[in-house]
Amino acid sequence: MTTLKKNEPIIEVKHLSKKYSIGVDKTYKTLCNSFAYAAKNPLKMLKGSFEPNNTFWALKDVNFEIKRGEVVGIIGRNGAGKSTLLKVLSRITYPTEGEVRMRGRVGSLLEVGTGFHPELSGRENIYFNGVILGMKKREIEEKFDEIVNFSGIEKFLDTPVKRYSSGMSVRLAFSVAAHLDPEILIVDEVLAVGDTTFQKKCLGKMEEVAEGGRTVLFVSHNMSVISSLCETAILLEKGILKERSQTGKVIDVYLNSGQEATGQIIFSEKHPGDNEAILLAARILNKDGRPITEARIDEDIFIEMEYELLKNGLRAYPNFHIHDSYGQIVLITSDSKLDYRSELKNKAGIYVSRCKIPANTLNSNTYYIMFVLTDVYPFRVHFSEKDLLFVTVTDPIEGILSRPEGYSGSIPGAVRPLLEWDLYNCINN
Amino acid sequence: MTEYAIDYELVIRPKYGFLDLNWQELKDYRELLFFLALREIKIRYKQTIMGASWALLQPLFTMIVFTLIFSRLAQMPSDGVPYPIFSYSGLLLWTYFSNALSQSSNSLVDNASLLSKVYMPRIFMPTAPCLSGLVDYGIAMSVLVIMMVYYRFVPGISILLLPFIILLTFMLASGVGYWLSSICVKYRDVKFILPFFIQLLLFVSPVIYPANIVDENFRWLLYLNPMTGLISAHRACLLGHITVDLVGLGISALLTIVIFVSGILYLKHTEKYFADLI
Repeated sequence: MTTLKKNEPIIEVKHLSKKYSIGVDKTYKTLCNSFAYAAKNPLKMLKGSFEPNNTFWALKDVNFEIKRGEVVGIIGRNGAGKSTLLKVLSRITYPTEGEVRMRGRVGSLLEVGTGFHPELSGRENIYFNGVILGMKKREIEEKFDEIVNFSGIEKFLDTPVKRYSSGMSVRLAFSVAAHLDPEILIVDEVLAVGDTTFQKKCLGKMEEVAEGGRTVLFVSHNMSVISSLCETAILLEKGILKERSQTGKVIDVYLNSGQEATGQIIFSEKHPGDNEAILLAARILNKDGRPITEARIDEDIFIEMEYELLKNGLRAYPNFHIHDSYGQIVLITSDSKLDYRSELKNKAGIYVSRCKIPANTLNSNTYYIMFVLTDVYPFRVHFSEKDLLFVTVTDPIEGILSRPEGYSGSIPGAVRPLLEWDLYNCINN
Repeated sequence: MTEYAIDYELVIRPKYGFLDLNWQELKDYRELLFFLALREIKIRYKQTIMGASWALLQPLFTMIVFTLIFSRLAQMPSDGVPYPIFSYSGLLLWTYFSNALSQSSNSLVDNASLLSKVYMPRIFMPTAPCLSGLVDYGIAMSVLVIMMVYYRFVPGISILLLPFIILLTFMLASGVGYWLSSICVKYRDVKFILPFFIQLLLFVSPVIYPANIVDENFRWLLYLNPMTGLISAHRACLLGHITVDLVGLGISALLTIVIFVSGILYLKHTEKYFADLI
């Protein structure tokens, strides 16, 4: 008897847990090691406790339900269990405990271009990739022209993919994936590749899929994408479901949680760096010198690095690289007052370099800061630490100079500086 | 909004059991198996000058070398048929078996990226190379046909056994492939043992010599190798020079089925950790 129960959740996750063991050789074992282990620990072997007891729970007692047609964002820091959750839902790996019920066909897209073979032509890869992602041959034939048009590589359809530029193969791969048409679509952060225009096109396609009544689970580090695509979201933290509610609320909890969100990192044991210079601390501060992770768009932001030069005579240039959540560089800044063309050289010792980003420079986005120390003559990099800290610039809308009076919509752009404008009235009535 | 068939329900649970072969799923995914095999065929001879003719050059050259060494120098008996056609008819099946086995055993590790990024019945990965190898077998068969015309051999009624022998060889290569590819996920030693193992297996299979040159008392040892019965029967049914040894073929069939079924069970049992270990 097949009755249509609309209000039954399409995905039900109950007490889902996944345990991984982290042995010495995580990647693979050799027969010899196993024998050696058995010989050294015959008692353990007999007791059956052969598995190393170094285990960790990538997911621990996760429970949630997803309604038909819901578009859900999954957020969390690296290692929070997002990918593991997607892998369990896509049946790539099995859970250790608990169960999942899915009442619809699942298509998952954990990587762009899975199964692409460099020796095969674009045309052949469309077919193979489509079938691997779960499409039927007939389905691919129907959508073939659409896929080719979307990718924009008509001319190279019969060229082996190994001759493609990386951008082209990503576009082709995504075009195939974008035409997947399952009832439940599971998407990992696959949009972080390709050029921005194509990314936009993909996001558009995703929105189309979501509006078409599909159920979508979407992982991303990009909060603006999550908030524009998803009505509700799930926050994972160290394998535990921390929050499950409206997207805005979940993002708030996410941004205000975790130890990384303190606005500073002090390296006490392992210092990034080489034998000439090391990084001691990284900070993002407000004008009062307090570490922050969030700043209003009309506030000054200070980025600071504390580093130690271990020998005399270096010509060290501290610089900050600011990335957006797509991983694109927004800007790179370094201290223009340092002039090493002269004979000026650093003495060994501890230094602090601070850079002020004036109010009304950045847009309302999350920015990730890379801390770099380079040297000139000869050029070398002492350390280069990506995404050490982030700062989320907020736009309270009311009373913001870089926003037209009365307009409350979003203002796209990597930066939103206040520039000088003039208005001339040329024709008098 | 589309109305979906609601009777579809997928339950994901921890995996404990041994046998949960889902026939319906294998049927739903059968197109994928075909595509995986097709992909193997298309990739295999890309960027080669000789292309698919490698499929026949490989056993052909081996046959020439074997004829020079074993027939001319070692005076190897060959069931009373000319040695070239004797060894080629054995090599034909042997080449299929050894290539299929080695690709099948490495299939899971070679497709690691596929394994950890997309769901499909894992059993297809070691099966696909054994299917695609049949195309090479077909190509190489053409040389045997030419040789049979040249040496004036006409197969008898026992040729009807040929599809059955090919099916068994396919099952044997897949069965050993299921075992070794699953083990290889955990222990990469398989990669090193395999070429050596295949080489040794050639010398205990009646490819170079006929099974009956082995002393009666020890011949049963030879039949522990399931390829023995298959190669002898393959040769006999094609050339029709002697009657097919049905007992030998029966032993091989039995061993093959045991290996094939146990291979499926082992793969199904271990596949739960494939994505975590690979």
